[in-house]
Amino acid sequence: MSSAKDVTDANFRTEVLENTKPTIVDFWAEWCGPCRQLGPVLDAIAAEYAEQVDVVKVNVDDNPAIASEYGITSIPAVYLFANGEVAKTSIGAKPKSALEKEFGEYLTPSA
Amino acid sequence: MSNQSGIFSNAVNLSVTGAAQTSPADAADASQDDAVHDVVIVGSGPAGYTAAIYTARANFAPVVLAGSVTAGGELMNTTEVENYPGFVDGIMGPELMENMQQQAERFGADIRYEDVVSVELDGEIKTVTVEDGTVLRARAVIISTGSEYRKLGLPDEERLSGHGVSWCATCDGFFFKDREVAVVGGGDSAIEEATFLTKFADKVTLIHRRDQFRASDIMKQRAFDDPKIEILWNTRVAAIQGEDKVTALSLEDTVTGEASELPVAGVFVAIGSDPRVSLVKDQLELTVDNTIAVDGRSSTTSLPGVFAAGDVVDPTYRQAITAAGSGCVAAVDVEHYLAALDS
Repeated sequence: MSSAKDVTDANFRTEVLENTKPTIVDFWAEWCGPCRQLGPVLDAIAAEYAEQVDVVKVNVDDNPAIASEYGITSIPAVYLFANGEVAKTSIGAKPKSALEKEFGEYLTPSA
Repeated sequence: MSNQSGIFSNAVNLSVTGAAQTSPADAADASQDDAVHDVVIVGSGPAGYTAAIYTARANFAPVVLAGSVTAGGELMNTTEVENYPGFVDGIMGPELMENMQQQAERFGADIRYEDVVSVELDGEIKTVTVEDGTVLRARAVIISTGSEYRKLGLPDEERLSGHGVSWCATCDGFFFKDREVAVVGGGDSAIEEATFLTKFADKVTLIHRRDQFRASDIMKQRAFDDPKIEILWNTRVAAIQGEDKVTALSLEDTVTGEASELPVAGVFVAIGSDPRVSLVKDQLELTVDNTIAVDGRSSTTSLPGVFAAGDVVDPTYRQAITAAGSGCVAAVDVEHYLAALDS
């Protein structure tokens, strides 16, 4: 899990869907080993691309509605939301370089 | 002990992954590591960390290239480990690995959460290059890269990964509450997965291509005794069905050839693993099982100064404790090798 801000079923709409900035959501749980491994990677992305994206996390145990709404069946699942829609998804713990590639178009500094 | 991992976590090959964490020392000088280390250890499962504990205690200041998201290895994706000696009530896999890591650090091991992209193992000084381009030089190298999960090799397997196809019951079982799922395989880890999944799923169908399990007796009995587990013998998965998510499996009876369909919301693949040798396969001799060939009970590979330990040398046992033992063997072999070089 990352040290990103916790988002819940209750505030997902305002924090993610209505966010004007693209938002990376880390769906995670305490019992998920790979989630632990992915945490520092997302923290690094949050720090390096603070201008471009927000990074938040959703605990799927505590917030089943959101996880179910987006059909999450594997965690860690990293979803990038832009303008209230799912723009990109990435399943599994991956290294920073792989996530940078997958989410590349949202991470490049805007001109 | 469960042996399953998340599809990308452990399936990610060390050679294609990227560095996520850099120690402050490296950040200062990203491309050069001037020291010639006594020993560099590639991999951080029980073999890698045990080798690190032993070589650190022998004052060789080992550098462990632990991997950016694979650190800790397979046990990071397990829950309760019941068969690692010394833990009366069992221990959680991630906790066991964290303990090993701290134990190695206590004696001075330098653990770096970086991924190795290439190695040059010939010659007296070996080089190991990590994702950010840093080249480490070492007199001895221990390869303990473990193994990675085997796939079914079906066309829709990759597409439906994370959408019902999984390699990790402990990660994903939760999402199949009150659903019906299948587990493919017949070894200990397949039964471990199936048993774990009964906590969540309504029904677990264990699909095995033979007419008996390879699994140990205690695990077999667990499967036979579990009212939620149904076993389909002599059956192979011919296809995975589903548009956005898994809806059913197409099955084939391996004896009669008869086709059938099994509606499931999820399929967990537990058909074994392959040694992770892509980094070294062109430089070290491999066995018919595609493991790194070692001399007898030692960790000595086909190149002097290069040692191998853990699942990457073991086609047979592949337990946390055998990997740890194997890591110890490699550390002692390194000690002898370096002592001989210095004498």
